[in-house]
Amino acid sequence: MDFDVIIVGAGPGGYVAAIRASQLGLKTAIVEREALGGVCLNWGCIPTKALLKSGEVYEQLHHLADYGLAADKPRFDFTKVVERSRKVAGQLNSGVGFLMRKHKIEVIEGTARLEKGTPAPKVVIAQKRGGERTIQAKHVILATGARARTLPQIGLEPDGDRVWSYREAMVPKAAPKSLIVIGSGAIGIEFASFYRALGAEVMVVEALSRILPVEDEEVSTAARKAFERRGLKFRIGATVKKLTKSKTGVAVEIETGGKTETLEAERAIVAVGIVGNVEDLGLEALGVKIDKTHIVTDAHSATGVPGLYAIGDVAGPPWLAHKASHEGLHCVEHIAGQPAKNLNAPIPGCTYANPQIASVGLTEAAAKTAGRKVKVGRFAFRANGKAIAAGETEGFVKTLFDAETGALVGAHMIGAEVTEMIQGFALAMTLEATEAELHATVFAHPTLSEAMHESALDAYGLVLHA
Amino acid sequence: MTDILMPALSPTMEEGTLAKWLVKAGDTVAAGDVIAEIETDKATMEVEAVDEGVVEEILVEAGTEGVKVNAPIARLSGGTEAKAPEPKPAERTPAEAPPAKAAARTEAPTKADPAPAKRQEGERIFASPLARRIAEQKGLDLSAIKGSGPHGRVIERDVKDAKPGAKPAATAAAAPAERRGETRPVQSLQQMGIPEGSYDLIPLDGMRKTVARRMTDSFRDVPHFPLTIDLEIDRLLEARGRINKMLEKDGVKVSVNDIILKACAVALKRVPEANASYSPEGIALHHHADIAMAVAVEGGLITPIIRKCETKGLAQIALETKDLAERARTRKLKPEEFQGGTFSVSNLGMFGIKSFGSIINEPQGAILSVGAGTKQPVVRGDQLAIATVMSVTMTCDHRVVDGATGARWLEAFKALIEEPLAMMV
Repeated sequence: MDFDVIIVGAGPGGYVAAIRASQLGLKTAIVEREALGGVCLNWGCIPTKALLKSGEVYEQLHHLADYGLAADKPRFDFTKVVERSRKVAGQLNSGVGFLMRKHKIEVIEGTARLEKGTPAPKVVIAQKRGGERTIQAKHVILATGARARTLPQIGLEPDGDRVWSYREAMVPKAAPKSLIVIGSGAIGIEFASFYRALGAEVMVVEALSRILPVEDEEVSTAARKAFERRGLKFRIGATVKKLTKSKTGVAVEIETGGKTETLEAERAIVAVGIVGNVEDLGLEALGVKIDKTHIVTDAHSATGVPGLYAIGDVAGPPWLAHKASHEGLHCVEHIAGQPAKNLNAPIPGCTYANPQIASVGLTEAAAKTAGRKVKVGRFAFRANGKAIAAGETEGFVKTLFDAETGALVGAHMIGAEVTEMIQGFALAMTLEATEAELHATVFAHPTLSEAMHESALDAYGLVLHA
Repeated sequence: MTDILMPALSPTMEEGTLAKWLVKAGDTVAAGDVIAEIETDKATMEVEAVDEGVVEEILVEAGTEGVKVNAPIARLSGGTEAKAPEPKPAERTPAEAPPAKAAARTEAPTKADPAPAKRQEGERIFASPLARRIAEQKGLDLSAIKGSGPHGRVIERDVKDAKPGAKPAATAAAAPAERRGETRPVQSLQQMGIPEGSYDLIPLDGMRKTVARRMTDSFRDVPHFPLTIDLEIDRLLEARGRINKMLEKDGVKVSVNDIILKACAVALKRVPEANASYSPEGIALHHHADIAMAVAVEGGLITPIIRKCETKGLAQIALETKDLAERARTRKLKPEEFQGGTFSVSNLGMFGIKSFGSIINEPQGAILSVGAGTKQPVVRGDQLAIATVMSVTMTCDHRVVDGATGARWLEAFKALIEEPLAMMV
């Protein structure tokens, strides 16, 4: 046996699982066909945050007068904005390389496929440096991730020029003057927010009845208003019929409530969901169960094929890096025979637009559907001292408590820094806090987080500053 | 520089006692040199160096108890990386432990329904705020609920479906399998009226702790009952004499106990229902009679195993028991030599004990306690006669071996002992 564990895919699911495996004394190898850190570090979470920061600072420059400041004619150098984003990705990519060396994890560059074997499938790697290498382990974890969904039949297929996926959208040669973003999930909204901040005319097309459809409806509504204030335009409940390209741009034919309309722009971004990377891995021959484009797994990420596990995006939604890491850790600890931690840990979700959106647990609608009676608390940042001082009064904190037990069942926020603040609620839910603990917690003053406290108080009619 | 790490000598080992150093700082060691002795709950094992180098520093002194697996115990210069040294006998690292099995074991309790747990009066109960709230609303006694959260914390799902009225005393016995290893907190001797200074205190070593834990668990959790029967062993003694005469030239001496072990194995094949173990999944009927024999050693006892005893001849059994007993006394047994087994035999006949009932050696279904063979008056027909009579007591786990099953086994065993020739049939 060459290894105890082989992990296929070095994204935030795979590489984190590899580190824990090594910490638990398992001899570990990780196979990566492209770049350590996966989409998250190289083409997703991290480089977009670098871009968004540039956009946010640039946007602030237009509001300097609000703070009593002045600067002449803010400008940006788009090439340098992109360069910075790539540098950030590069730094973290080599950071993962260091972590792999530190934990004595063998990194094999190449493309893996699986063949039948015991106690776990064999991993056959077409190596980047040439040649094929077959390795075996007691356990194989698939962490191959996902990629942008495309719909070629209606022209929703990136061509790298006029039509982009997240990948092309991250490294264009120039910022587009006008842009159509198809899909209003986190990815679509973040790019829309970024390019709007740099001055582009941006139209977002969403097939469902509201933007950010996974968020609580109140948040969706508030987000749409906030984005519209910044000049973003939306077409909601709009089905894309066809995207056609010309030399100068794209034309997107949409249908909204029976009416058709053709939108035109310089570029388009396709952000209509993602599909799992399940192809060419030899999964069919092994009898791995695949539902649409993701691998079906149990609570410990086992696939049902002896010794084979799948974690992260390839194992299905939510498609979030921290969900992949969490599954990876749990899977490896399970493999190593460690007792399950048994925490009913909810997975927070964040959208890093301006304003930011963050949530954890159930939405109000989901709680109702589940038949739970809830108490709802709300607190707007416009009544929060720190928010007023910072000039960031947009948004609110909404909390949901089980009416019978007082358990915190969901929290939904929109506003400045809420992607940092959400951890407070995530921790509270993981520890099974009730309203009593949230009420009893002392929140520092002045902070934006006081709005979290007030929201919890509001749910029980005890709000202080509203 | 290489840190030498505390090795795991068995898959379940978490800590051990660093019994003895065989090297000191400044010594040069080569790969394969024995550098230390480690005492686990069952045995003492030698630790070999994996790398060559000079011992720079001893980090854990000899005699230190409770050294965690993978903790650095010494530093070697000249090496390249931290490595757990190769323990001579037994498995190497936790990584090589059969993971599925280990996982299954650790997970089992978490899947259990809310199970009652015993706690001492006034002991702090770890429970999540939500669990406390729900318990209060439903009128549940939190101290009666076993927590499945981290460090045994009671969390929502432990109380969600629990029914009120679960009192620890009333229900503690209902789910004993879920809470192994927790013994009732023992009151201090002072609390029980024995003044300090009036006794010498011998620290609990690994073996003593294991004996205490396993015996407490078994006696408390296994519904056991004894069955006693008298056996006449004159024919056995006579047969033994002839066998030993035959084996004299080979220097092998068969003991009465060896014949008892063999008879047990044959009887277990004849009444296979007695060769069984209870598990939550079902009753395991073992394919072979792996007979464990209790060996008293300094500081405790250990039960090395004669595997597939039914397939072995008396000469081989005699050789194996001698070897196992000797190595048990010097604590040189490998874990696989004393872990497992399907049936146990404990013999106190040599001390003149007439009869006694042993505690079941889990997960075995029964244990046989063998008393002394003594000449006694017996009634044959209406005549008084003299026979050598030996009393044996079979302690049965009632979950797998019912009274009638035990009786049938003893009947089969008695037939073999009273007519050893029957073992040939």
